[in-house]
Amino acid sequence: MLQALFGLFDGIFNGISIGAVLLIAALGLAIIFGLMGVINLAHGELMMLGAYTTYVVQLAFRPLGEPLFSLYIFVAVVAAFIVAALVGLALERGVIRYLYGRPLETLLATWGVSLILRQFVRSVSGAMAISIAVFCLLFFGALWVLRKRSDWASMQKKAIAILLPLSLAIAGGSGFLLNQVPILARLWFSTRNVDVTAPAWLRGGIPFGISQLPYTRLFIIALTVLCLIGIYWFLNRSVWGLRIRSVTQNRDMSACLGIPTAQVDALTFALGSGLAGVAGCAVSLLGSVGPNLGTNYIVDSFMVVVVGGVGKLVGSIVAALVIGTLNYLIGSGTIAIILGGSGVEFLQPLVGFFTFFATASMAKVMVFVLIIAFLQVRPAGLFPQKGRSVEA
Amino acid sequence: MAVDTALGRQRSRRSRKNKLLIEAGIVVGVALILAVIVPLILSDFRLTLLARFMSLAIVALGIDLIWGFTGLLSLGHGIFFALGGYALAMYLQLQIPEGQIPDFFPLYGVTELPWFWEPFHSFPFTLVAIVVLPMIVAGLLGYLVFRNRIRGVYFSILTQAALVVFFNFFNGQQKLINGTNGLKTSTTMLFGNQVGSPSVQFSFYLITILLLTLTYAFCRWLTSGRFGRLLVAIRDDENRVRFSGYDPTSFKVLVFAISGGIAGIAGALYTVQSGIVSPQYMDIAFSIEMVIWVAVGGRATLVGAILGAIAVNYARSLLSEQFPEVWLFFQGALFLIVVLVLPAGIVGWLRTDGIDGFRRLTGNSRTLSTFPSVELDESLQKEREIAEK
Repeated sequence: MLQALFGLFDGIFNGISIGAVLLIAALGLAIIFGLMGVINLAHGELMMLGAYTTYVVQLAFRPLGEPLFSLYIFVAVVAAFIVAALVGLALERGVIRYLYGRPLETLLATWGVSLILRQFVRSVSGAMAISIAVFCLLFFGALWVLRKRSDWASMQKKAIAILLPLSLAIAGGSGFLLNQVPILARLWFSTRNVDVTAPAWLRGGIPFGISQLPYTRLFIIALTVLCLIGIYWFLNRSVWGLRIRSVTQNRDMSACLGIPTAQVDALTFALGSGLAGVAGCAVSLLGSVGPNLGTNYIVDSFMVVVVGGVGKLVGSIVAALVIGTLNYLIGSGTIAIILGGSGVEFLQPLVGFFTFFATASMAKVMVFVLIIAFLQVRPAGLFPQKGRSVEA
Repeated sequence: MAVDTALGRQRSRRSRKNKLLIEAGIVVGVALILAVIVPLILSDFRLTLLARFMSLAIVALGIDLIWGFTGLLSLGHGIFFALGGYALAMYLQLQIPEGQIPDFFPLYGVTELPWFWEPFHSFPFTLVAIVVLPMIVAGLLGYLVFRNRIRGVYFSILTQAALVVFFNFFNGQQKLINGTNGLKTSTTMLFGNQVGSPSVQFSFYLITILLLTLTYAFCRWLTSGRFGRLLVAIRDDENRVRFSGYDPTSFKVLVFAISGGIAGIAGALYTVQSGIVSPQYMDIAFSIEMVIWVAVGGRATLVGAILGAIAVNYARSLLSEQFPEVWLFFQGALFLIVVLVLPAGIVGWLRTDGIDGFRRLTGNSRTLSTFPSVELDESLQKEREIAEK
């Protein structure tokens, strides 16, 4: 009996720690979706960038020696946030702002971005980075110069049509030439997975009954809680948070009242992307880091958003914890074991049923069925936004 | 007056009939060229590639039906595609002497055929299952989602999640369906011939052309009448459709199921032509790619869906043969360009701007009967351009 209890506790702890990862991955998604109605399919790739940033920071700290090296994770969290936020900002300014009001197209465009990011990590080298820098310098520099002319509006299309292929050709040519230099041609990450070694103080765990609670899991839970507090404070106590909330509730009215909605959008997107970077940093402690890291988490975090609803943060929290716990309890067979051990006669047929679903992939099948069933009762999620619009 | 309009209506009906006849003639002509002349030109390898692309064009038609016309973006069409493929592959796997079971079963210690394999001994049942099985799954999923007025991106995400779930299920069940390895069809027998042999592959090529033509005709019929207008109405303003007394849910479920059935046909054809069906057909990326074929060709234009599917896949096989790493960059850029610059797709662009642009180039731009001063005033023209957008 005590063992079953420990098993249950173990299950719940593991569930919560899976839920914490889901939550930290889904937080940014939920904020962006709530504000702009945009589903960012590149969210997983932003996580992947965060994880790679962690890897790079770790490499940079290695020569510093032991006492400092153990602290790299704190620098990595901040760096991952900044890198992902910058990429997110570029994504919003470059692509997504042209697509507001067309959510399905945004979905496709962000998928394109995610493909590019994935391949970028695989094939980035010194030569490629330089040629991208050359392209940005030429193209955006020329645009910046031309924009000062008074007849800019009339020549805009023509200028872009000439500049874009020209700078692409120059950048491509220089990239090809630089690729002949062996040092510059070396791939930074290549297609192989890399490993992030957790700092010494995160290895091991607290012994508990038959199992132990790993420190890395506890660290992720702590990080998630910290992010939640930070986001909560930002959204509810700061000026920009107030603006974000007001735009979420009614975009047109906020614009009428003088809130710069375009800036709010950019800021929110950067914030959500930054959170994805932090999530990537957390995830890099759990397993190896590869270009496809994001795809493992992305669908589950979508489900968190769907179940949680977009109105409140608390919806995402509850949804992530419930989905994480259910996934673990079903997938590890804990439910089947408990039912089997309970000795109650009429529950025995259920044991076979739950044993059938007791693998990680089959648990997803069952959780999806439960989600669909849940949506029959509450189609707009746990905490829907209340309103009188016909769309709601 | 009344006589006038009646005459006009009759005339417009006649001209529409003529147009339809011309279109049917073109379609049949193209199909005949594909069936008779193209095999003489292309090598066997290219011909099977073309046949595969045409079966992918069939699923693109199905996607066009729900996305282009009805505005439902499904990211889970791989499910229906794979279900159709599995249905046919199961029949082919069972073409073995009486009392035996397919050779992968003993590897997992299975000695008896699982119950759901039994009906696939019969060929007619399999043919029906290829269409009806995906339709049932699509209809069920559609009903559960649409009846709660879940739509837009929510629907897209849910279809994607369903895709992942089906992938996991098929991937994990070795004892039922051979898991990751999938079902091979190239070495199986169909009516006494090996499926992988050139002669059978050629007849599949002809069948693909026939089915593509039939699917096109079916979609054309479906979208041109009242039903098609209703689909477009649902896409443009679902609430107004509902307030006008229609029930959008049932129409959406129906069209989603039809689209699933079409995907099933395509999957079955694709399976026998590529020689295997595996859970990889339910890869997330593959299902989103199907959408981009339609987007490249042109949404809500059926020809566009077919051309887009063939063109993108041809580009893919060209590029990934030579520079595999460039293909993903190219594909990503394709998504961005189509969405940002060319939202109507190639065919859509040709129909609207393309013709005008061509006229302008050749120097006979369309003349409008307005005041000359309006035509000459640049600022007015600019305003009109903006208004037209």
